[in-house]
Amino acid sequence: MNDQTFQLILDSLGPLLRATVTTTIPLTLISFVLGLVLALGVALMRLSSVPVVSGLARLYVSLVRGTPLLLQLFIIYYGLPAMGVRFDPFPAAVIAFTLNVGGYAAEVIRSAILSVPKGQWEAASTVGMGYTTTLSRVVLPQATRTAIPPLSNTLISLVKDTSLASTIQVTELLRVAQEAAAPTYEFFALYGVAAVYYWGVCLVLSFAQARLEERQNRYVAT
Amino acid sequence: MTESPRSTTSTGSASSAGSAVRQPDPLVSVSGLAKSFGSNEVLRSIDFDVAPGSVNVLIGPSGSGKTTVLRSLNALDVADAGVVRIGDVEVDFGQRPVTKRQVATLRAQSGMVFQSHHLFPHLSVLENVTAGPVLAQRRNRPEAEAEARELLRLVGLEEKADAYPYQLSGGQQQRVGIARALAIRPQLMLFDEPTSALDPELVGEVLTVMKDLATQGWTMVVVTHEIRFARQVADQVLFMDGGVIVERGTADEVLTRPRTERARQFLHRILDPLD
Repeated sequence: MNDQTFQLILDSLGPLLRATVTTTIPLTLISFVLGLVLALGVALMRLSSVPVVSGLARLYVSLVRGTPLLLQLFIIYYGLPAMGVRFDPFPAAVIAFTLNVGGYAAEVIRSAILSVPKGQWEAASTVGMGYTTTLSRVVLPQATRTAIPPLSNTLISLVKDTSLASTIQVTELLRVAQEAAAPTYEFFALYGVAAVYYWGVCLVLSFAQARLEERQNRYVAT
Repeated sequence: MTESPRSTTSTGSASSAGSAVRQPDPLVSVSGLAKSFGSNEVLRSIDFDVAPGSVNVLIGPSGSGKTTVLRSLNALDVADAGVVRIGDVEVDFGQRPVTKRQVATLRAQSGMVFQSHHLFPHLSVLENVTAGPVLAQRRNRPEAEAEARELLRLVGLEEKADAYPYQLSGGQQQRVGIARALAIRPQLMLFDEPTSALDPELVGEVLTVMKDLATQGWTMVVVTHEIRFARQVADQVLFMDGGVIVERGTADEVLTRPRTERARQFLHRILDPLD
């Protein structure tokens, strides 16, 4: 590696870090949180005994999982303006990633809810709890334990998927690396730095996952 | 035990089940109860009454329908036909649809103890017992906690208030289950094979608590295979087979001098399994 490349790497550390902190991480976290809220609703719809309700949820999950995320981004950013709906790049990306997480996490949450024994619903009902209280106080706290590993997977995938937003003008980590690399042809060096940053974010999240799992295990025999 | 739970639990409730003078009216009346699971007819026209303050034991071979009878009393199983009345609450299962509200009102009349306890694993023992009063009945938390500690003392587990269910033995878990059911201040207590899932040496502690409740005047309906328990505390024994009540009467009548061959055979099999 020559001095010039080394200098370029040093110079890029700051801007790439800024893109990570100001765009990649917020995009990930906002989309994930909104996506989880959406996913819970979709999961509950999917578990409904009303066929129309569960059918709608099933269709939604099928559409999200059956089409490429890149295409979903393009439809929202480039496609919707044709119908008079126009978003700035960042909100468009948030919408696309939220809808995507909503589809995938819905299935995780649904199966986690189903993993809670039926006896828990019955016991809650015999002490007087209705559906909402049982769900929020008895079932979801237990389902969370089951859902954390697969949801962590979803979150970590999302961190890397946000790089797709570079294609709709969002100045996130990958796009900033691209822009820095283009005039110098130092692709290896700059994409290398970007890779290390993505990896770093994912390492932190993996660590957080381990702590969370530990905490959730406090009420089970090990 | 210094204080009967009845004096704490029925304060302010409309129930008069605990009054000193026995009321002539039964606390529970069941008539014409029928239920099928698919083509399997598990209950055919069940009728019985439960006197206030009495202990009622349902016995019979597995598949005879005794658990379904018990679960119909709080509508965990919704009968196809028949009427269940507990105190002032009456539900006619023949009149469809049975509303969620009817089911909830009926269910609130009784406390339920399950075979495999179904404690909430993510909540401490104290939180399990206060779950009904605080989360469902919206009672004041400090008050509910004080009452819960009293109930835990009643079942001999006051020092386990902060433990999680997994840290307890099977017998202790079941006793917490009893305290949790008592905490909603029910009119009667339902027990679904409360000792069947326990190691033999843990059965005694649970039956002892149940005997204490009987002594204190609780109205109880118990599905069990514990014939000695039935002999000692039951006021009424119902022997079921094939979805009907084959024999009924006092413990002495049904357990010592059964009239039907089916009851005799059943008792013989469980009392002398190797014979």
